[in-house]
Amino acid sequence: MIPVTVIGGYLGAGKTTLVNHLLRNANGVRLAVLVNEFGELAIDEDLIEAQDDDVISIAGGCVCCSFGSDLTAALADMAAMEPKPDHVLIESSGVAIPSSIVNSLVFLPSFRSDGIVILADAETVQKSARDKYMGDTVTRQISDADIILLNKVDLVSKAALDATRMWLQVQNREVRIVESTQSVVPPETVLDSFIGRARSGGEHFEATHLDMLTLMPQGAVDADALAAALADEGAGLVRAKGFVTRSDGRKALIQVVGRRYDVTDASAEKADGVVCLGFKDVMSRDALEALV
Amino acid sequence: MTATTIYSAKKIITMNPSRPDASHVAVRDGRILAVGDLAELETWGDYMLDERFADKVLMPGFVEGHAHTMEGTLWRYVYCGFFDRMDPDGKSWDGLKSIEAVLDRLKEAEAKMDDPDAPLSGWSLDPIYLDNKRVTRQDLDSVSSTRPIGVLHASGHILNVNSKALELAGLLKTGINHPGMPLGADGIPTGELYGPDTMTPVGEHVGFNRSLTDSDEQGLRDFGKLCVRTGVTTITDLAARLEDDSVEAMLRVTGEPQYPARVVPLKFFMGATAQETVDRVLALKEKATDMCRLGRIKAVADGSIQGFSARMRWPGYHNGAPNGLWYTAPEQLAELYRAALKADVQVHTHTNGDEATEMVLETLEPALREVPHPDHRFTLQHCQLADAAQFRKMKALNMCVNLFANHHFYWGDEHYRLTVGPERALRMNACRTALDIGVPMAIHSDAPVTPLGPLFTAWAAVNRITASGRTQGEHEKIAIDEALWAITLGAAYTLHMDDEVGSIESGKKADFAVLESDPREASGDALKEISVWGTVQGGRVFAAADL
Repeated sequence: MIPVTVIGGYLGAGKTTLVNHLLRNANGVRLAVLVNEFGELAIDEDLIEAQDDDVISIAGGCVCCSFGSDLTAALADMAAMEPKPDHVLIESSGVAIPSSIVNSLVFLPSFRSDGIVILADAETVQKSARDKYMGDTVTRQISDADIILLNKVDLVSKAALDATRMWLQVQNREVRIVESTQSVVPPETVLDSFIGRARSGGEHFEATHLDMLTLMPQGAVDADALAAALADEGAGLVRAKGFVTRSDGRKALIQVVGRRYDVTDASAEKADGVVCLGFKDVMSRDALEALV
Repeated sequence: MTATTIYSAKKIITMNPSRPDASHVAVRDGRILAVGDLAELETWGDYMLDERFADKVLMPGFVEGHAHTMEGTLWRYVYCGFFDRMDPDGKSWDGLKSIEAVLDRLKEAEAKMDDPDAPLSGWSLDPIYLDNKRVTRQDLDSVSSTRPIGVLHASGHILNVNSKALELAGLLKTGINHPGMPLGADGIPTGELYGPDTMTPVGEHVGFNRSLTDSDEQGLRDFGKLCVRTGVTTITDLAARLEDDSVEAMLRVTGEPQYPARVVPLKFFMGATAQETVDRVLALKEKATDMCRLGRIKAVADGSIQGFSARMRWPGYHNGAPNGLWYTAPEQLAELYRAALKADVQVHTHTNGDEATEMVLETLEPALREVPHPDHRFTLQHCQLADAAQFRKMKALNMCVNLFANHHFYWGDEHYRLTVGPERALRMNACRTALDIGVPMAIHSDAPVTPLGPLFTAWAAVNRITASGRTQGEHEKIAIDEALWAITLGAAYTLHMDDEVGSIESGKKADFAVLESDPREASGDALKEISVWGTVQGGRVFAAADL
């Protein structure tokens, strides 16, 4: 199944910048980006290899398509693409309700949800949420989020940022809030497919409040209990992904995004190990290792 | 010199205040040479007198300001509606008063099909009138369990399918969790699908594919026949994606020598930026012909009231349903309005709920301050719940409105009981208020949502009778003359075409609705019962009986 990440948030929050950042750092992952519309600056020009009416071809085997009014049809087209994309990214419109996009994946057996990432403009999100017309749409987007990228944090004071974080937490109690400037975050934060792919060390985490570690279980584990524990707010994780061996010997794939997790059967040759991406100041190797 | 034909008529209602009534009209080169009595027209020289309309009443050809050519395509499917309805060939299909009757008609159609795997498609189902009993996949399985079946609801937003259709879509299974797909006691979908997310993946297996809003050639020809039967000579397609193929098809069909209606297709603002949309429409405008008036844009602000997806101001929906959905953000609309005003491209905007109407008014005002345009005629389409203050604002901004008069008959009882409650139901589609305030106004059918028929639409605005027979909104009734204005000059004005069509006067298109009696003298239900003989369009005569 092809993972699908929905990137939402109100106009101007930085969705397009994030998409370009991910394409620039795709590092071999074949991304297919679905945008509601081809804006004038939908994709950075230097990334574009070719463009016709419906599809932009991007360096590294990535593509970008606009879906207009019919997302389901566009996804069906993606599933028929050869070669298939590794990951689909839906940049939803500023007024879209992201959970309804995720809900519709149920009809597309080739896809699974990799979560909802909502961009919030640290400067304006609270004002947008009070807007006479768009306020309830903005708060619905926030409450749909698994991960919030609190963007443009460089433009606000520490006190204002703390207040906005607290406000977001009230709107969506268990959401994982990752701060960013100009939509720059480690790509693993947004896309599960980036986790565990070879990169030169973890230096791209240095400037962030995130870190990544790999949990190596010693022997069999209760996969469901482990996934639930990793998804618990107290573990301090944003995402986790990896393989474990159950007590009956079957392999399981664990995928965690924010508070949600999935455990599915995996093929026997997969090596055990769960990559955890979490907040430096909360995530603790000792606490995590105690789980396995 | 080109030949002149003078038509005599029992009566000619010109809608031109300087010559309201006449007995003869002279036609040359597809246009009206003059209207008056025979002696006045003879002053123009040689002519041929055509007396075939001697016992008919001529009106300006009707202008339908909000319809979808897709109605023509739908008639190739089985009609499953509650109300009697006439097809393009003039056959009147009885309304079906029970689910059993719907299933019987589908069975009848099924028995005539040769290919055992071909889908069977129906349309215009409306369970609201069938005691709100839901149709299930098992019901449709009784028609056929081996071929896929799909029946589209009158609203266009719900689709019922049988088990075979679910199976083909890979959805005949348990474990589906989606708000638009209710499950039966067995945990398998009931076959009722709500909204495009659920309809699209199954729809393609039952004949409702993604390009249904784009007219196909046969559908467009059939749509033309419906125009003749209802007296319509100019009609909108609101809206279509207008991609190259469908534009070529539209130009081809409307260019056929016997195509009977002038089509005004609007480009849907969706999936492209404001500037791209305006540029595209400017390019389309270059291709426009007399019979295919490309060059306008339609935007959609919110959803529908009966679907609870319209955006409502406080106190919201009467039954407590949560507020509806925005389809376009104010910033995007603002960008569109500015770009379109600069390029002198007209925009029609769909609003249903009063919050959506308010948002559009508040968005257009600053755009107009930035890009002043003395005669933009930007039009609010449906605008069903606008109150008097909003109509005053429309007037101040030089906007037009096209109210959904038919809705009042078809869903008025539901609005009273469920969606907006008694008080606001009375002001829905407030034609009286619009006219009193002086907002240029049209009224429409939104065919295929309700049947095409301007005289019916006029009747609906004049009488405001709901399907259950109640008068709803006595004070918003308008006079017959006003309703006749709305379906001719009023609608023409909203399209910037009142200089060409909408009245019978010298220089305008020779477009006539040929009626068997005078609608101004019709009292009560007689207005909607008036027989339409056919039309004259661009000087060409189209008899409904000969189609």
